[in-house]
Amino acid sequence: MPGKSSIVVRLVFVITLCCSSIFAAALGYNYYRSRQILEQELENNARNLAMSLVHRVETELVAVAKVTEGVARSLETGRYSEQELLALIRATVEKNPEIYGSTVAFEPYAFSRSTRLYAPYFYREKGSIAFSRLEKAYQHVPYLYWDWYQIPRELGKREWSEPYFDEGAGNISMSTCSVPFYDAANGTRRLKGVVTADISLDSLTKLISSTRILKTGYAALLSRNGMLLAHPLKDAVMNETFFSIAEERKDPSLRELGKKMIRGESGFILYTSLVGVRSWMYYTPIRSTGWTLAVVFPEVELLENVRRLSMTMAAMGLVGILVLTAAVVSIASSITKPLRSLAAATHVLASGNFDLDLPPIRTKDEVGLLTHDFQMMKESLKEYIRDLTETTAAKERIQSELKVATDIQASLLPRLFPAFPDRPEFDIFASMDPAKEVGGDFYDFFFIDEHNLCFLIADVAGKGVPAALYMMVAKTLLKSEGQRLGEPDQILGYVNNVLASDNDSCMFATVFCGILDVRTGEVRFANAGHNPPLLIESRRIRYLDLKPGFVLGPLQDMAYTAERLILQPGDTLFMYTDGVTEATNSADELYGEEQLLQALQRVPDQELTDMVHYIRGEITRHANGAPQSDDVTMIAIKYRGMQDDRKG
Amino acid sequence: MTILPHSQRNHTGWPWLRQISALLLFVLCSAPWFPAGAAEAVLKKASLMPLWSPQAQFAGYYVALDKGIYARHGIDLKILKAGPGYSPAQTLQEGKADFAVLWLTTALQRRSAGVKLVNLAQIIQRSSMMLIAKKSSGIKTVKDMSGRKVGMWGGELSIPPRALLDRYGVKVREVPQSHTINLFLRGGIDLTSAMWYNEYHVMLNAGLDPDELQLFPLHELGMQYPEDGIYTLEKTLHNDPALARAFVAASLEGWRYAFAHPDETLDIVIKYMREAQVPANRVHQKWMLERMQDLIMYDVPQGLPGQLKQQDYEGVGRALRATGLIRSYPDYATFSGRSNAR
Repeated sequence: MPGKSSIVVRLVFVITLCCSSIFAAALGYNYYRSRQILEQELENNARNLAMSLVHRVETELVAVAKVTEGVARSLETGRYSEQELLALIRATVEKNPEIYGSTVAFEPYAFSRSTRLYAPYFYREKGSIAFSRLEKAYQHVPYLYWDWYQIPRELGKREWSEPYFDEGAGNISMSTCSVPFYDAANGTRRLKGVVTADISLDSLTKLISSTRILKTGYAALLSRNGMLLAHPLKDAVMNETFFSIAEERKDPSLRELGKKMIRGESGFILYTSLVGVRSWMYYTPIRSTGWTLAVVFPEVELLENVRRLSMTMAAMGLVGILVLTAAVVSIASSITKPLRSLAAATHVLASGNFDLDLPPIRTKDEVGLLTHDFQMMKESLKEYIRDLTETTAAKERIQSELKVATDIQASLLPRLFPAFPDRPEFDIFASMDPAKEVGGDFYDFFFIDEHNLCFLIADVAGKGVPAALYMMVAKTLLKSEGQRLGEPDQILGYVNNVLASDNDSCMFATVFCGILDVRTGEVRFANAGHNPPLLIESRRIRYLDLKPGFVLGPLQDMAYTAERLILQPGDTLFMYTDGVTEATNSADELYGEEQLLQALQRVPDQELTDMVHYIRGEITRHANGAPQSDDVTMIAIKYRGMQDDRKG
Repeated sequence: MTILPHSQRNHTGWPWLRQISALLLFVLCSAPWFPAGAAEAVLKKASLMPLWSPQAQFAGYYVALDKGIYARHGIDLKILKAGPGYSPAQTLQEGKADFAVLWLTTALQRRSAGVKLVNLAQIIQRSSMMLIAKKSSGIKTVKDMSGRKVGMWGGELSIPPRALLDRYGVKVREVPQSHTINLFLRGGIDLTSAMWYNEYHVMLNAGLDPDELQLFPLHELGMQYPEDGIYTLEKTLHNDPALARAFVAASLEGWRYAFAHPDETLDIVIKYMREAQVPANRVHQKWMLERMQDLIMYDVPQGLPGQLKQQDYEGVGRALRATGLIRSYPDYATFSGRSNAR
């Protein structure tokens, strides 16, 4: 199951990400550079296009202006009768197809003393030349107050009018070229009138409107006031200025642009066009009228080719990256597949099934090596487990044999109580709870003759089989020598010498050995390094103060001291091994001699059986669940005295 | 829709003949037609001549007409064509219009010339006219205008600037100016007459920035001349005072509606502009409507527009008499048509 952390995923992720980044950077740079190159090219193209349009318009305008100037100059130099004047104006219109209409408008009374206003107007109508008189044609506003008359009159120079709808005379949208002419009679230069030539705005803007730029680009024409004269926004033409649109759109940058245009500047900019498209625009003035011509290239269309190229490249790149990803996936998989199957196999292996076959080794790479090592490991493990199994089996066999040995050992100890039902002079009770393994504790009691009971308690150092065997040897020796020698010090000395000869294993045992004369209650005893027994007398309980004696086994020719005490009837001698005093709880606190003394003080007059069981219980309580580490062995002898005396 | 025909070219006939034919045509075209809901009363025919062709300056009247407010007040109103070359004062005087929008200065001048017209309502409460120079001309004060070329509109519209120049004792070279600002833009004149709500904004929309212009608002130069008011002849008021009252009420209601619904109002105004075939520029009309609100609601008592304040009236009368533009002016009651109500 390849999860988030799987090698394949990580590998694919990193490689794909890196490749994508590199590719994206390359693509981005390519796009950016192409754009730059395109924009440089575009500026030239746009300028050339705009200039050619300007040139065509200018040619027309200049021609019209020249004609108008010519008429004005000839009116200043020659004398014309009305007939000749009308012929001149008519010819002006006829000979110049770009001129829509023409008039010579006179200052009041300048044409004749009898007529105040005079302005004969020839213009084109339905393919022929029509005639009207402007002083009559203009119903509401005399021609004197029209821009085309007033402005050149006030400025005293040729002027192109702001385009207007010539209501009443030409009745079309037009721009008028006006040239004032003067009368230089009697020394003063007096304005005589204004010669005009109209050009139809439609015929002028047709050229501009019909210019196709890409798909949705356009050429536009603005007047000196920023009025839209030719523009795809048909409703705005002759209604809106660049500035009113800027105000409507609350776009100060548009206003700034408009100001640049009407100042007669040229420029190439990227802006949001009036039709709301990000576009490049080249704008340049038409000098003779002060108008502005603009060519607008929508950025989207310009960059279409670059975009398409980029898209193609991006598609190729995407496919490439996909292929690369697939390749990475397959390589990574081929690397990780054996790894994964190995992982799956080792997973099974880990659960303890060593019989599973590991995936076959096909390559000599790390995975192959790893598989090989795993194979080796598997074999070794199998081997080891086989050994372990065998060992365990052997161990278990030994364990069971040890168990048997323990049982045998236990059975060696006298277990039958009361041990001597026919001897009322004393009671004796003993118990041994072996620890887990075969222990080294033992006790024994036997009569060595009619009246002398030999009893002993011993603790062999160490555990397990050697201790058990040693104990057997020691027990057998002690019993046989006890019966032979009959004195505790001699018994211990003799047995010590036997045990110490060729004792390579340095085993040893502690032994407390005593002999009770049942007739007198006298106890002769000797100690070989064993814990001091307790003497329970009628009034007090005390530990015997023993002479020190060396343990049995390590060294030969050890001397042991014989001591004696007299048991009064009712007295009890309580012996034990260190399994009692050194019993520990989980906090490693020893049971200790003091506690043992106190425990016995609570039960001084109990039957021996109960006393021993009570102490055993106390130890268990003290251990509080902690495992028993040593054999717990106790033997107690209560002297009752001679019964015959009481009878007798 | 009725639009008077444009002049026929090559027609050298008599003007009165044309006007009669126009009137005939007008009567034929405007056969009474009532909306279904207004059939309970016969509407009284009436006509209004504004100062100029349709624009937001007259939004209140066009809105009242378009929204049927006049009809609700029992009037079948016709708004007559106006614009360059039309004189509403003249038309009113000749009885060709029942009501006209005139400036207070115009009305006083006509009254002084013997025309018995009365002010029914004063719509614009203060002067919005201004003289404008380019800062580059160096004209900073009224005194600087001395000897400069100043564009003046024809007819009564030149009264306020003349009064101003008289007051400051400044002699200028007057140049008649048409309704375009091109003469000024091209430098043919140094100063131009302009309305705050119209020509000033046209200049801004021709690429001039406010900081390039030196404004001389008459209002700030002590010329408290209320402008547009609704006028009728005394005899018209006499014949049917109810009609006059209804007309004023409907017009003011139209104005209130216009200020409350500016977008709808602009749609209506632009519709009428297109019908009259005049260039329509929404932004410009929006500016104009906003300025009209400034001017109509300027210093009105209890928020009620349309009142001619006596002190304003007396002030204008005195000022015009002082400059010699009028000989005399009637008392306030007579001028506002209240004398015969008493």
